[in-house]
Amino acid sequence: MSAREPDAGPAGIVDELKAGFGQASIEAQATRDAFPTLWVPKDRLLDVLAHLKSGAARPYRMLYDLTAIDEREREHREGQPGSDFTVVYHLLSFDRNDDIRVKVALKEGDLALPSATGLWPSANWYEREIYDMFGLTFDGHPHLERLLMPDGWTGHPLRKDHPARATDMPPFEIPEDKLEEDEKALRFHPERWGLPRRSGRSDYMFLNVGPQHPGTHGILRVVLELDGEDIVNAVCDIGFHHRGAEKMGERQSWHTFIPYTDRVEYLGGVMNNLAYVLAVEKLAGIDVPDRAQVARIMLCELFRISSHLVWYGTFAQDLGQLSPVFYMFTDREKILDIVAAICGARMHPNWFRIGGLAQDLPQGWDKPVREFLRTFPRRLKEYDALVMKNRIFKARTAGIGAYTIDEAVEWGVTGPGLRACGLEWDFRKKRPYSGYDRFDFDIPTGRNGDCYDRAQVRVAEIRQSLRIIEQCVANMPGGDTKSRHPLATPPPKERTLTDIETLIGHFLGVGWGPVIPPGEAFHGIEATKGNNGYYLVSDGGVLPYRLRIRTPSFAHIQMVPTISRGHTIPDLTAILGSVDYVLSDVDR
Amino acid sequence: MSLTLKMILIVAGVLAAALGSAAGLVWLERRLLGFWQERYGPNRVGPFGIFQVLADMIKLFLKEDWVPPFADKPVFVLAPAIIIAAVLMSFAVIPFAPGLFVADLNIGLLFFLSMSSLAVYSVILGAWASNNKYALLGGLRAAAQMMSYEVFMGLSLMGVVMLAGSFSLRDIVLAQERTWFVLPQFAGFAVFLVAGAAEMRRLPFDLPEAENELVAGYHSEYSGMKFGMFYIGEYLGLTLISALIVTLFFGGWLGPAFLPPPVWFFLKTGVLIAFFILVRGSLPRPRYDQLMAFGWKVLLPIAVLNLLVTAAVVLLAGNKAGP
Repeated sequence: MSAREPDAGPAGIVDELKAGFGQASIEAQATRDAFPTLWVPKDRLLDVLAHLKSGAARPYRMLYDLTAIDEREREHREGQPGSDFTVVYHLLSFDRNDDIRVKVALKEGDLALPSATGLWPSANWYEREIYDMFGLTFDGHPHLERLLMPDGWTGHPLRKDHPARATDMPPFEIPEDKLEEDEKALRFHPERWGLPRRSGRSDYMFLNVGPQHPGTHGILRVVLELDGEDIVNAVCDIGFHHRGAEKMGERQSWHTFIPYTDRVEYLGGVMNNLAYVLAVEKLAGIDVPDRAQVARIMLCELFRISSHLVWYGTFAQDLGQLSPVFYMFTDREKILDIVAAICGARMHPNWFRIGGLAQDLPQGWDKPVREFLRTFPRRLKEYDALVMKNRIFKARTAGIGAYTIDEAVEWGVTGPGLRACGLEWDFRKKRPYSGYDRFDFDIPTGRNGDCYDRAQVRVAEIRQSLRIIEQCVANMPGGDTKSRHPLATPPPKERTLTDIETLIGHFLGVGWGPVIPPGEAFHGIEATKGNNGYYLVSDGGVLPYRLRIRTPSFAHIQMVPTISRGHTIPDLTAILGSVDYVLSDVDR
Repeated sequence: MSLTLKMILIVAGVLAAALGSAAGLVWLERRLLGFWQERYGPNRVGPFGIFQVLADMIKLFLKEDWVPPFADKPVFVLAPAIIIAAVLMSFAVIPFAPGLFVADLNIGLLFFLSMSSLAVYSVILGAWASNNKYALLGGLRAAAQMMSYEVFMGLSLMGVVMLAGSFSLRDIVLAQERTWFVLPQFAGFAVFLVAGAAEMRRLPFDLPEAENELVAGYHSEYSGMKFGMFYIGEYLGLTLISALIVTLFFGGWLGPAFLPPPVWFFLKTGVLIAFFILVRGSLPRPRYDQLMAFGWKVLLPIAVLNLLVTAAVVLLAGNKAGP
């Protein structure tokens, strides 16, 4: 068990940077998550980032997240330099098993900063998203255009002065000419992407794959530059599934946002709740009772299996195999039945609460779980014979869409896609949360980082999740399922009837919402598709001031063009299938 | 008079049997796949859902007969008709029982091969006339795939022709009275089975269609009854290939006397059809270049080797028994 090394403490890197870049230019900020958080002036930004990426000992090699905060209405900014818009770089170091946050303050009137695309290719989409959502510009960005919103959108949605509700805006109209304009805007112009229309001997064909296409698993659009069936280049277009989850977060109380998280990665169910409530609990300083922790883990692992089964079946189907998807959906149905029996809903159970669970486990909950643990492994073995050992399946996936650990780190790949390259990195082991350190399980890894290894890692993960669930069933602790912390929402119901303080707390928490103390915290978990995390900024109110959702699929889809080049159209289907994304997770 | 009447009856009967079996297959395939995939399949329309085909037909007939404005209209309309015509013509040479056939051509097998070559046109022309990039890719795949697989298909059958000493399908059946050709010609059978599936674009050889990659491939732009004709064409093709395999390798109508010959023929064909459906339910789809490599590097050598060995054996045996 590798818990966090004490010597990688925050002081080390901050002092190092101060020594290297001068006391005045580095300013530290305290956060609830204890990641070192530094303010850096705009002109030193790239130097600091470059030093952190490659200069420092045990460097921060991955650009884990990149986002911004509109600070103009924030009241609690004690000890932070003045800023209208703050850009936040979140870097991850595998060697230190620690993160660092680098912040840059921007003033209205000068909302430009240098682009980090030269350091990390993955900065590309993150910077476009910030440009789209906040209107900040990045000098030196190769293609600074809107990413999630349509080209013709006016305003930048995540600015505080942009309306969050339809009723704050004039009625939505789409007259004929506007419709035509919008359709025209979607036409692909290779020149704008720097793609040549022809090479020396032949004209390229540009093929529009999606947003409606059976192989894209949702409304993703990939434009292919084709030479015959060979992919010369590809451009991904996302945003069709964008629902503004982060903006909604600013209009929902800390408590009422939980059901929205279910829908961010809609195959992960309560796994999404977990990342969010852990971040809120970190902000509020709430400890969760044992029974709630173990029940959370059990539900999460059930959802991991369920999500992997959807992937397993559809991946086989992407490669032309008709039957596996039906077998695997049958199994998934059994899991969803268990979930429904425990939580009352199937795909979006909305079952975790700040400080615990919505209810205790129902009587006899372990029976269907045990039954599933008994019957499922045998079927899983059959699937190995049907899919993983199939020679055509191997021929279609081995060596396709391969990347190395270094490439994966450059592009911000996490989860099974990272482990398939051979890096054993799993938050459940490296930074055990919710009590994962008390469980006995292995982290499967691959070697080649290709479609086949990614598949193999996921199949192995299903088996490990079964082990975890087995341990949950055997060792489910008794006791409370809700913390007694005053901010746990809603508070334990039975106590509301016996003491007035809890009743008042209940009344306020439900009618108004819990007041989370001001501060910032991030919590990342090992979700089904990779690392999912919530970066929360509280201004001491009942609503989050800023709610940033770091999703794995966003980074993974950004990498698809790179790993598709030189392959063919059928390989693209294999690559998309093996990446295992959900469009709602990409666009949020 | 009676001969003409008999001929007309046989032609009508064969036509009805072919079309009927294709329609029945729509239902059978979905039920069998359902059975193998832990689900029901169509089971609501009529007993066991057998009228599902009727419901589908009504639906397809009532759909708007739409030709995309950018398509090459005459070719677009003609293409689906070609496949139906070509496949139905092939049924003419299949002997269902002694005396129960439309035509006993002495080049029956060659007639089948030429008709199946014509069917390729349907797919390619339909794809080209659609003026759609996905259809084009599907059409290109179809052209390359079907042309290469026809080579092995023809070669794999020559062993049977040598053993029977005739291209007539009736003679080939009669030559199997002692042993079915599947035993001496197992390699030929294996190659023909694969090539036949490729020729009919059945999974795992449905690359021209490949819905996960090419949406619907060569018939992406087709709807209504024109799509229906491609659809029926595929099932007719499946029946045809199964019937041919039975004729060439499994003794056609021959079988123990407790069942009449046509029943034997239909039973054997049914088993093969079910086998094809099972294959569709279990295998993934290879990539286009893998399919080509498999054809030229594996199937072609097997077919040629089989041809040479058969020829040598026939020559030796012929010499011994010679005059």
